[in-house]
Amino acid sequence: MRPLQHLFGIADMDREQIEYLLNLGESFIDINRRPLKKAPTLRGKTIINLFFENSTRTRTSFELAGKRLSADVINISASTSATKKGESLLDTGQTLAAMQPHVLVIRHSVSGACEFLADYLGHTSIVNAGDGAHEHPTQILTDLLTLRCAGGYIGKTVTIVGDIAHSRVARSHLLAARLMGYQVRLVAPKTLMPAEVERFGCEVFHEFDDAIPGSDILYMLRMQTERLTDNCSFPSVREYHEAYGLNRKRLQAAAEGCLVMHPGPMNRGVEIATDVADSARALILNQVEHGVAIRMAVLTALCGGQQHLGRPGPSKKMTMEAMHVQGSLL
Amino acid sequence: MNNVILFEHQAVAAALDQMANHIADRVAGPEPDQPAETEICLVGIQRGGARVADAVQQRLEQTGSSVCRGNLDISFYRDDLDTIGPNPEVRPSDLPFDVSGKHIWLIDDVLYTGRTIRAAMDVLFDYGRPDSIRLAVLLDRGGRQLPICANNTGLLHAAPPDCTVDLITTSETWHIEQRQVK
Repeated sequence: MRPLQHLFGIADMDREQIEYLLNLGESFIDINRRPLKKAPTLRGKTIINLFFENSTRTRTSFELAGKRLSADVINISASTSATKKGESLLDTGQTLAAMQPHVLVIRHSVSGACEFLADYLGHTSIVNAGDGAHEHPTQILTDLLTLRCAGGYIGKTVTIVGDIAHSRVARSHLLAARLMGYQVRLVAPKTLMPAEVERFGCEVFHEFDDAIPGSDILYMLRMQTERLTDNCSFPSVREYHEAYGLNRKRLQAAAEGCLVMHPGPMNRGVEIATDVADSARALILNQVEHGVAIRMAVLTALCGGQQHLGRPGPSKKMTMEAMHVQGSLL
Repeated sequence: MNNVILFEHQAVAAALDQMANHIADRVAGPEPDQPAETEICLVGIQRGGARVADAVQQRLEQTGSSVCRGNLDISFYRDDLDTIGPNPEVRPSDLPFDVSGKHIWLIDDVLYTGRTIRAAMDVLFDYGRPDSIRLAVLLDRGGRQLPICANNTGLLHAAPPDCTVDLITTSETWHIEQRQVK
């Protein structure tokens, strides 16, 4: 298998690596369920969670994953960090890397923030915990583990409904579907559907009801109001729920074994009705549970066997041009 | 000559019989002043140890003993994560009974450095506090790096350090093979 040094996104991974992480994740589920939830696997490793965007589940999940494997975990969020005082992303990254952590987990609103930092921080493994509308690999690995435990994903049709245009989860699923052998249907109003998204090999729908027959999983996305700008108009919440919300009627129209997933946080009454969210067909809390196991697998894979990897040479120096671009982004 | 069969099927089967007898004898009363244990708890170490534990369990149940079975995977407790990386073939640990207060027989196929056993004891303590842990191995190949020794050894063979010693199982026959590594 190709060794994993960083986890940027599904786009850099191959099937073998994904299956390896799923296998590893599956064996961590048990540790999270037993009374003493601690293993010494990552003793002596330091993990820094650097979150420039708000997050509860992903950050908690990474924190628990590290702590349950005995690593030392430090959380930094943008509201308390020096970025508030005007420090650039690169300087924050280099400062933290100088403290010699093994893994830096980063969430940032700019797509590609992790790859950018990795070019300059030679010795630290970087995990993408969501970058802009680009990728969210650990969420997709989590979903695949949940699907595997619920009967497998190969040949299944996953129908992703909601704000596709701003969704890193949808994007990562499109990439993973090709690698792992499942189909993706996308459902969104025209204003929230990226142009020419069919090129990823998915089916595109604008009416939710048309996409329901033949779906094995209905994957609801949160309306990301923080990313909506004037040029992608959004109707009222009530109207959205009418047209694209998953209610009991729509769930009844789906095939018998059709399952419901949501990457969280959910807005009940917007993209998903309360009775559906609490139904036996919803795997939403399974996803949360498996999220911890998958993140344990990712951290273990990145920390393990690093003596063989060979460290990269001196890290890149920043050009004036790049510094200018960075300044304009932040 | 690179591959040598150290023990053929018959020798392995006889060793398993001897291990089962030894374990059954201890149940009758481990020490004169200790009360007899009512049930036998066998915990195999994935993967070879689990197969040995299955074979021992089968023999014990044929003679009417009641057996609790569990398996442990020690991959996440190894001390060599930095050098070899995580094991790609991790098997789930499966301990369907509470280990607290139990007398546990830890079962492995080949005993070598003792590091696997140390890790397995760490795993067991993370599940509870057993009253005692004893070790039964099918083959002791020598070369210990830790102060660990088995309470019950099926076979003995001093293997050179540049060799691996493996239990090879097919559906019909079991044998133990020594292989030279380059």
